[in-house]
Amino acid sequence: MGLKQNLHNLKEKYKGTKMAPAFNAIHTFLYLPNETTHNGTHIKAADDLKRTMNIVIMALVPCLIFGMFNAGYQHHVATGEAERAMSFFSGNFWNLDNLWIGIVKILPLVIVSYVVGLAVEFIFAVIKGHEVEEGYLVTGMLVPLIVPVDLPLWMLAVAVVFGVVIGKEVFGGTGMNILNPALTIRAFLFFAYPTWMSGDKVWVQGAVESIGKADAISGETILGSLAQSQPLSYSVSDMFFGFIPGSVGETSTFLILLGALFLIFTKIGSWRIMLSSVIGALVMGFIFNQVVDFGWIGETSKFYGLMSLDFWKHLLIGGFAFGAVYMATDPVSASQTNKGKWIYGFLIGFVSIMIRVFNPAYPEGVMLAILLMNVFAPTIDHYVVQGNVKRRLKRAKVKTA
Amino acid sequence: MSKDIRIKKGLDIKLVGEAKQVTTELPIGSVYAIKPEDFHGVIPKILAKEGTEVKAGQALFHAKSDERILFPSPVSGKITEITRGARRKVLEIKITADSNQAFEDFGKKDVAAMSGEEVKKHLFAAGCWPFIKQRPYDVVANPNQAPKAIFVSAYASAPLAADYDYTLKGKEAELQVALTALTKLTDGKVHVSVGSNSSPLATTKGVEVHKVSGPHPVGNVSTQIAQIDPINKGEVVWVVTPQDLVVIGELLLTGKFNAKRTIALTGSKFKTPQYVTALPGANIAEVVKGNLDTDNTRVISGNVLSGLEVGEKGFIGFYDNQITAIPEGNDYELFGWNKPVFNKISTSRAFTFSWLNPKKKYDLNTNTNGEHRAFVVTGSYEEVFPLDIYPMQLLKACMYKDLDEMEGLGAYEVAPEDFALTEFICVSKQPHQKIVREGLDLMREELG
Repeated sequence: MGLKQNLHNLKEKYKGTKMAPAFNAIHTFLYLPNETTHNGTHIKAADDLKRTMNIVIMALVPCLIFGMFNAGYQHHVATGEAERAMSFFSGNFWNLDNLWIGIVKILPLVIVSYVVGLAVEFIFAVIKGHEVEEGYLVTGMLVPLIVPVDLPLWMLAVAVVFGVVIGKEVFGGTGMNILNPALTIRAFLFFAYPTWMSGDKVWVQGAVESIGKADAISGETILGSLAQSQPLSYSVSDMFFGFIPGSVGETSTFLILLGALFLIFTKIGSWRIMLSSVIGALVMGFIFNQVVDFGWIGETSKFYGLMSLDFWKHLLIGGFAFGAVYMATDPVSASQTNKGKWIYGFLIGFVSIMIRVFNPAYPEGVMLAILLMNVFAPTIDHYVVQGNVKRRLKRAKVKTA
Repeated sequence: MSKDIRIKKGLDIKLVGEAKQVTTELPIGSVYAIKPEDFHGVIPKILAKEGTEVKAGQALFHAKSDERILFPSPVSGKITEITRGARRKVLEIKITADSNQAFEDFGKKDVAAMSGEEVKKHLFAAGCWPFIKQRPYDVVANPNQAPKAIFVSAYASAPLAADYDYTLKGKEAELQVALTALTKLTDGKVHVSVGSNSSPLATTKGVEVHKVSGPHPVGNVSTQIAQIDPINKGEVVWVVTPQDLVVIGELLLTGKFNAKRTIALTGSKFKTPQYVTALPGANIAEVVKGNLDTDNTRVISGNVLSGLEVGEKGFIGFYDNQITAIPEGNDYELFGWNKPVFNKISTSRAFTFSWLNPKKKYDLNTNTNGEHRAFVVTGSYEEVFPLDIYPMQLLKACMYKDLDEMEGLGAYEVAPEDFALTEFICVSKQPHQKIVREGLDLMREELG
């Protein structure tokens, strides 16, 4: 009772002041507020935005934990200190040595992402006098999962400030943004520091420092090597379970699949978008396979490596699965109508694989595909909604005719 | 040629405190109040000044827009007070009731022999016109327009709503007469929807009877209109509730305006939720005397979704046949935003477990369960919104006041109450009904 009453008194004391939103933001994390309904519905459903966002974060936690182990595992494999893991529960993967590297490298990313991003949110809330919206809770978790392990923290901080301010706050904050903020941050990193982000070294911890030394290690992702038409060096189960280099949280298709099922079951994530983007990716991949089969593209072509990859393997490598499940489904920047979601998702899958194959500089397409479709989502919605409007007008005409 | 209506989209909110099918006759109370606000969009012109003695059925005020539309006193007594608010707006007309009720005599009528104009005139004179509401805009009907159809919904699907099959029992004669009168008012049809064949309205003649089934909001008349004969631009339909039909019927049969109706006392704060008979405008404290737990209670005239908070000292709304009392939720809940929830309703499964047990009855309070936010989540409103309308898009059109878009998206077809369920499940806690009401008011002002 004591804490609850004290906090309540504090809240009343600072009501209406500039700092009230900042205090309330913290207070509401501890206690569900004592707000009651006014006229309108006198009762409300149990869910609020915090709960919704929290579910997404929970779906991300397995990916984060796996990413920590994987960071260490990739490092140790690359330096030759560890053997390849043979099964999902292999001790070569799940050990404290691996986790330690993950903690040292990845926790700072998480902390910087949250501290910087939330600071920006708080500042804007205080200046504009509105409550702190929960949007950044998910963004702040997504960001560390879609960057390379060896990203310098200052770069992350700069990118987060850019992404939150330009990607979200200038549009009016949570709910008003056009682009997915997490992807805006990722895209900023990609375009502002291209040598870092598109190189073949940042994906495995320690690879950058080892450049030029005798025991230099490779930090190449599967996509990177495929883009250079090198043969696939990982087994399907490695790719599915995620024992491959890549951005922190995107490697384990298996855990992403579990996360997707969780999001669909809780009715938080849109199954329409997830399913249709998978279909879109398969269709594009299949078309490329056919192109190769017909012999239109020879082995000498620089596109051969990725184009000839079996179409379903596209789902397992790179960030596609992660993007389709956690990024494309962001309700604010996605299509908002159910029919629009099918189109939006399909095009994301389709364009992702297209960019993946044809982009020579950086062989991953899901980020650019989602950002592109974010821009087109309002247009898709517009036509879907116009369909409804036309149907209504037609009904009136049938009557009068 | 009746049509069965079945909907799948929607949500039945099951609450504790359903009224037992027992009716207590209450004596005429002492103080009554008529609130012009109950008649949305009507600007009152007072006819009966303070101190006037009125009989039941005698007009208290008329609408500024049309002086034929009279608003009657439900009781006979003396007007003791007219409360005014800002800019001299009339808030309440208080009447102290006589112990012996005197009724204004409007004369018995033989409906079958009356023409549409005569019926209209009679309803005007006896103060029964306010019972007829119109779509679009959900306001008292404009008598200068011809409705393409008239709808009566005799199936209440709102949470804890009074069961029409029970409250209308024995009123078959009145209902039949009133419906016959309604058929004279339109060139189109009169549609009546019932929940089951045992409804007193199931066997009425001269009208189309439809059987409806499905979750709330199937009982909302907008849902039924959309299924039977949707409203297009420029069209008008009229809507009457069954309890008001009884009043009209009794007027035609006996010549008296007797607004007495059976009212359901519902909600977990009632000791014995049951039915009582009372007049609209009756003082809540007198109606609920001895039955209500008043500690930290929200008293609502109407249902929990679209009713009006009146408090224990308030008065029953003119159109309402239900009083709901639920606990106030003005307390904090530790980690309420992330811990698993078993005692509240939710349409998601985000650690909310109401989907495990769809039959369970809940004791919900008035806590908002979260703070007001911008629209974020998409796709959830559609699951509880049975009309062929994009709810979020329409709400946003109302918010940025784009009349063309509101028109295109179907604002003519809806009433605020249709957005009660989307408001209930809204994770951003937006006031949907208020947004729609303001949007409709704007349209009415600009487009007429």
